[in-house]
Amino acid sequence: MTEARPLLILTGLSKTYGSNVVLNKFDLTIYDGEFFTLLGPSGCGKTTVLRMIAGLETADVGEIRLAGEEISQLPAEQRPVNTVFQSYALFPHMSVFDNVAFGLKMSGVAKNEIAPRVTEALEMVRLGDFANRKPAQLSGGQQQRVAIARAVVNRPKLLLLDESLSALDYKLRQQMQLELKRLQRKLGITFVYVTHDQEEALSMSDRVVVMNKGMVQQLGTPREIYENPANLFVAKFIGEINQLAGEIVAVDGNKEYEVKVEGLQWTLHADHNFKVGDKVNVLLRPEDVRVEYRDDPHLTQVLMGTVIERNYKGKTLDSIIRLPSGVELMASEFFDEDDPSFDYSLNQTVAVKWVPGWEVVMPYEAP
Amino acid sequence: MAPTSKSSRWLSWGYLLGVLVVLYLPIAVLVINSFNASKYGNHWAGFTWKWYEKLFANEGLMQAAGHSVLIAVTSATLATIIGTLAAVALHRYQFKGKAVLSSMVFVSMLTPEIVLAIALLIVFIVLGVQLGFWSLLIAHVTFCLPFVIVAVYSRLKGFDMKMLEAARDLGATEGKIFLKIILPLALPAVASGWLLSFTLSLDDVIVSAFVTGPSYEILPLKIYSMVKVGVSPEVNAISTTLLVVSLVLVIISQLLLREEK
Amino acid sequence: MPQLNQFRFWAIGLASVWLTCFVFMPNLLVVFTSFLTRDPVATVALPATAENYVRTLDVLYLQVLWDSLRMSLQAMLVCLVIGYPFAMCIAKLPKKWQPIALFLVILPFWTNSLVRVYALQFLLGNEGLFNNILVGVGLVKEPVQMLYTEFAVIVGLSYILLPFMVLPLFSAIEKLDLRLHQAAQDLGAGAWSRFWHITVPLTSPGIIAGCLMVLLPAMGMFFVSDLLGGAKNLLLGNVIKTQFLVTRDWPFGSALSVLLIVLLGFMLWLYYRAASFVNKQGGINGSDF
Repeated sequence: MTEARPLLILTGLSKTYGSNVVLNKFDLTIYDGEFFTLLGPSGCGKTTVLRMIAGLETADVGEIRLAGEEISQLPAEQRPVNTVFQSYALFPHMSVFDNVAFGLKMSGVAKNEIAPRVTEALEMVRLGDFANRKPAQLSGGQQQRVAIARAVVNRPKLLLLDESLSALDYKLRQQMQLELKRLQRKLGITFVYVTHDQEEALSMSDRVVVMNKGMVQQLGTPREIYENPANLFVAKFIGEINQLAGEIVAVDGNKEYEVKVEGLQWTLHADHNFKVGDKVNVLLRPEDVRVEYRDDPHLTQVLMGTVIERNYKGKTLDSIIRLPSGVELMASEFFDEDDPSFDYSLNQTVAVKWVPGWEVVMPYEAP
Repeated sequence: MAPTSKSSRWLSWGYLLGVLVVLYLPIAVLVINSFNASKYGNHWAGFTWKWYEKLFANEGLMQAAGHSVLIAVTSATLATIIGTLAAVALHRYQFKGKAVLSSMVFVSMLTPEIVLAIALLIVFIVLGVQLGFWSLLIAHVTFCLPFVIVAVYSRLKGFDMKMLEAARDLGATEGKIFLKIILPLALPAVASGWLLSFTLSLDDVIVSAFVTGPSYEILPLKIYSMVKVGVSPEVNAISTTLLVVSLVLVIISQLLLREEK
Repeated sequence: MPQLNQFRFWAIGLASVWLTCFVFMPNLLVVFTSFLTRDPVATVALPATAENYVRTLDVLYLQVLWDSLRMSLQAMLVCLVIGYPFAMCIAKLPKKWQPIALFLVILPFWTNSLVRVYALQFLLGNEGLFNNILVGVGLVKEPVQMLYTEFAVIVGLSYILLPFMVLPLFSAIEKLDLRLHQAAQDLGAGAWSRFWHITVPLTSPGIIAGCLMVLLPAMGMFFVSDLLGGAKNLLLGNVIKTQFLVTRDWPFGSALSVLLIVLLGFMLWLYYRAASFVNKQGGINGSDF
């Protein structure tokens, strides 16, 4: 982000269907030019937020300000916002060209201006030669690109993308992620992307909001969210995580604590304020866990465990280690065929440790 | 989709009801007038069974009604037998000319009745079929047939074909499969096809007007010649009777189809 | 080779023979007859001639044909204008109400249409319900002549044929993808634009099917014009009936029927074009009944 000028400000949006609270006093600010992602499990309210911005759904209460203007009472067709729908929603009876030209015709753009703009948009998504085809004659990826062209050709202030890549297969999705990112940089339009796929959210976004049950769980850059989850939900939703129960045994001051985990005492940093006796969770990403031979003489402060599963994943070697307490830890290590320490096998006893400081300590929540 | 507003929902309900009322209003007026003591039916002069009594005393009308019921029963039965077999054939078998058969069904459903009427008239003259019972019977079977085929066929479409393969695997012949498996399962549609054919036959005017002979009078044509003269209370009574019979039969046939859904 | 078995033979054979003898062959005979010459003794005779088609262009018949076509087209339009919003309203109903609403629309179709046209006479007559209301409310002083006018014929045809319009329209509207409407709205289309650019083109197969199923029968319903139109307002069906049963000019009557078949073919062609235009089938496939 080059400048932090707020483009869209949502204040106190709430929505209930009967007794089902879809959105609960939702606040959000999105800045001009950023790639912003709403991430969460299905039913978390992320699509509802998107549809409220588009005007396809109305909030019970709350305000939507776009570039300083309150638009929550404006019908969808009058909002300077366009959407790339999950199902693409291309008009089956119109050619690719007419699909892309539709928005321009509706807003009364001069006839001689329409053709060059449509052509430009189609070329941008590399579909210049497909203008006369019908949507049914295109592949899924091509339809996706038409849907994008149909939206961006109107030069919206905000482009909304509703799970737009979810219908594509894995490889195509990866490719489209890069293309979307490239397009966003080129156009300088603010993108608001909705997805349940955390990998997609992390790799494309400038900022991400993680939602659950109609509420914000955490807002931040992908890195902040991954490395410093605000709560157990976020930690678990964003990738795999190990969860170890612990108890504060001493407060060292300056947010340093002595924590008892799996029978051992560790000096750990935490952003929360704890007092002696508090139960905590110590969270560890699998890739931060190291597995080593038990007979390494340099190991002192280590957890011992048994390898119960080992899966070769190409880039990484994933293991599950059962600790004496019964807790199972996932470890994901980059595969190095020259390293003899990788030769441990099933049922072998190993030592487990992690890079100090990469753990996250938070108040105890039941798993 | 933005939820439809309350006022537009009321408008929608109001429109639906309005059109339905207009659809049923003439029928209601007719039924009421059949019990109206006033001969011309422009004001209410009290309740009476008089017209119905006159109706049942009218031998000509009663004879025509008897003819109509006979034609309706026989043509519905024939159409149901042929139509059910045809639906099973279209559903189960691959055969030469299957496309031709199904397009003939389709065409006979869309052909305007008046065209079918003169076409049949020409054929009867060419084949030397005497106009009367037999010509009426053949004509009625012909226009009922596609309705039976479509009704039975769309029910058969819902079946699991594996079941029939299993039956054959267990040694059943085609005829046995039809009698023991297909027919019992398709029975609601077959019965409903019969009832609909019966009402179609009972109500037909256009085709019958062409293919009937002077010696064989049927009810709709008798009514036609009576109403051309003008409003008559007996016609109100016979029309009401005919309406009620059709309505009851159609409702039964729909209930038959619905039951197992 | 599968063994030829008896059941299969009868199942296929009966209907095939029946439809060939009483649908296919008769229709061919109509076309054939339309090229013959009228004969006072044998009804029809050679030589073959196109005279019967030339006669349809005669000013006298052209006028009747045009009047008939006009009334039928007007009835078709009335059905479309009433039926389209009606079908949309049904599609908007909660799912459990839809079959009931549809059933109520189809129900009159299964009753005697002659009887229903006769029933209309009660409403349209000079002392009928409509005139009584109009006079009672004070809108008019004298009863308006409705019966035995072109207006009455159009009302009668629309009344009888409305269900045929509603069914294909409903099945087309029901198939509409609401997301396309949202997409159009998102792209700036207001309610009317959405209707014209999305709803109408996508339901066009249903519109054409409905028009076909109203227009063609409407042209043949001779008893409607007999009972409601009087002697002046004739439908094609009346002319055909007269040719066959009164003046006994079968070749000319056949030629008029062939015109109807041609119209049917034309509308079917339109329908298939529209259906492939929106990339899906729908509308007339009989399963609506």
